[in-house]
Amino acid sequence: MFETLEWLPRIIGALVLVGLAIGVSRWQKAGIEQDMLVAVGRAFVQLIAIGYALDFIFSRQGPFWSLLVVGVMVSVAGYTAGQRGKYVPRSKIIATVSVTVGTALTLGLLIVLNVFPFEPRFTIPIAGMIVGNAMTATGLAMNRLRDDLKLQKAQIETALALGATQRQAANQQMRRALTTGMTPIVDKTKTVGLISLPGAMTGMILAGASPLEAVQLQIIVMYMLVGAVAFSGLTATFLTYRQFFTQAHQLMVSALSDEALI
Amino acid sequence: MMTPKIEIKNLNLTFGNNKQILFDVSLDIAAGQITSLIGPSGSGKSTLLRCLNRLWEPPESAIFLDSTDITTLDVLALRRQVGMLFQSAALFEGTVADNVAYGPGLYGQKLSAGQIAELLEMAGLPADAAQKPAGELSGGQAQRVALARALANQPQVLLLDEPTSALDPTATRHVEETVLRLRDTLGLTVVWVSHAIEQVERTADKLVLLVDGNIVESGDPDHLLSGAHHHLAGDFARGKLGSD
Repeated sequence: MFETLEWLPRIIGALVLVGLAIGVSRWQKAGIEQDMLVAVGRAFVQLIAIGYALDFIFSRQGPFWSLLVVGVMVSVAGYTAGQRGKYVPRSKIIATVSVTVGTALTLGLLIVLNVFPFEPRFTIPIAGMIVGNAMTATGLAMNRLRDDLKLQKAQIETALALGATQRQAANQQMRRALTTGMTPIVDKTKTVGLISLPGAMTGMILAGASPLEAVQLQIIVMYMLVGAVAFSGLTATFLTYRQFFTQAHQLMVSALSDEALI
Repeated sequence: MMTPKIEIKNLNLTFGNNKQILFDVSLDIAAGQITSLIGPSGSGKSTLLRCLNRLWEPPESAIFLDSTDITTLDVLALRRQVGMLFQSAALFEGTVADNVAYGPGLYGQKLSAGQIAELLEMAGLPADAAQKPAGELSGGQAQRVALARALANQPQVLLLDEPTSALDPTATRHVEETVLRLRDTLGLTVVWVSHAIEQVERTADKLVLLVDGNIVESGDPDHLLSGAHHHLAGDFARGKLGSD
């Protein structure tokens, strides 16, 4: 099996740099040699393991393995985003649903429009990008919405007292939460190619593709991420605000307390 | 005797699982009168007020508006009939006119410039205030805009949760005079949580003293402030009660 690790000599070559870094750390008495060695070792083991796992999955036919891997990604992302928004009741369920909605809609559309074939080799790396960005947007939107509802309690109750529905009363806060969730990807999309060359494109160029091919893929990736983040952010916003109101359009002040709800 | 505008019957209110806030509160609130609600901090005055427009959900068959159990009413319609002012006026972004038009706008009704001017005037503001940005107003002006905004829903009842506690004496007097005028011209029923003895003397038709979630005194303000049985009524008369 090890014949497939044909880059091993180059990896060992790259270790020279780690050696230099350890030297610098010793010389400067920074005391992080131990940490560095652990990190270097972990990176090697984790990545080689995932390499073999992906190698195995890419060689399988049918949707089972793709769906399984995407399912694991979504669950981990939902848990992580839910943790970030832990002051929202049912945060993990909301975050998982939001990431799932964004991922399913975007990935589904890309496959239906035949932008990518439904094969693990395409589905898994693309889903990875989508899930990662959807996770960030979901966590940010949930947190911002909860913070604003708490901070602007007086405004919300004033609106309710004037006959607003909970949706009308929280309208402004919901819009701001959605904007907060989407801002990172929108900013990245605005400056893509000017500040940094993104990962997908860099990878393609290193693997031998022409820059023009690489940028076309990158354009697809950026557009798809904007879509995914919008779907996830919107879902998160709509599911989150409802946690703080009763059916009779009352703000649940108890749900806004600072005790984590998990 | 006329049927009361609002009838509170044996209202018990508990927060969460354990903490009881209101104990068997019964009270008739007469139409077209100002009922002042006083009591020490944490006595449940604001909570009682919030039950009346269901910002807190009261139990069934405890509060009646024109003899109808308010928990059976459409809550949004109830809140248009029972307006509320808070301690500090939370104005929305935009102009004074945007704020005044907010309530009717919620169900697709647009107010004309003339209607907005009229509402501002009712609240004691000049008509040309309409185009001012809401963020540039003083506390007293903001509270009067909040009053005009509440009046835009054409309420029959107004709940006032210490709306003058952050205002200077002149602005306070101005709000008091406006509310008295609205009682006389529109026949508004007002429930006013207050902590200032002078304010109660100037405005109240009826006075209710709430202590630890119980009504301990209620009746004619002159009588209560001079010879009430409960020692807190005497304290209040001497200006000893703090605000929430």
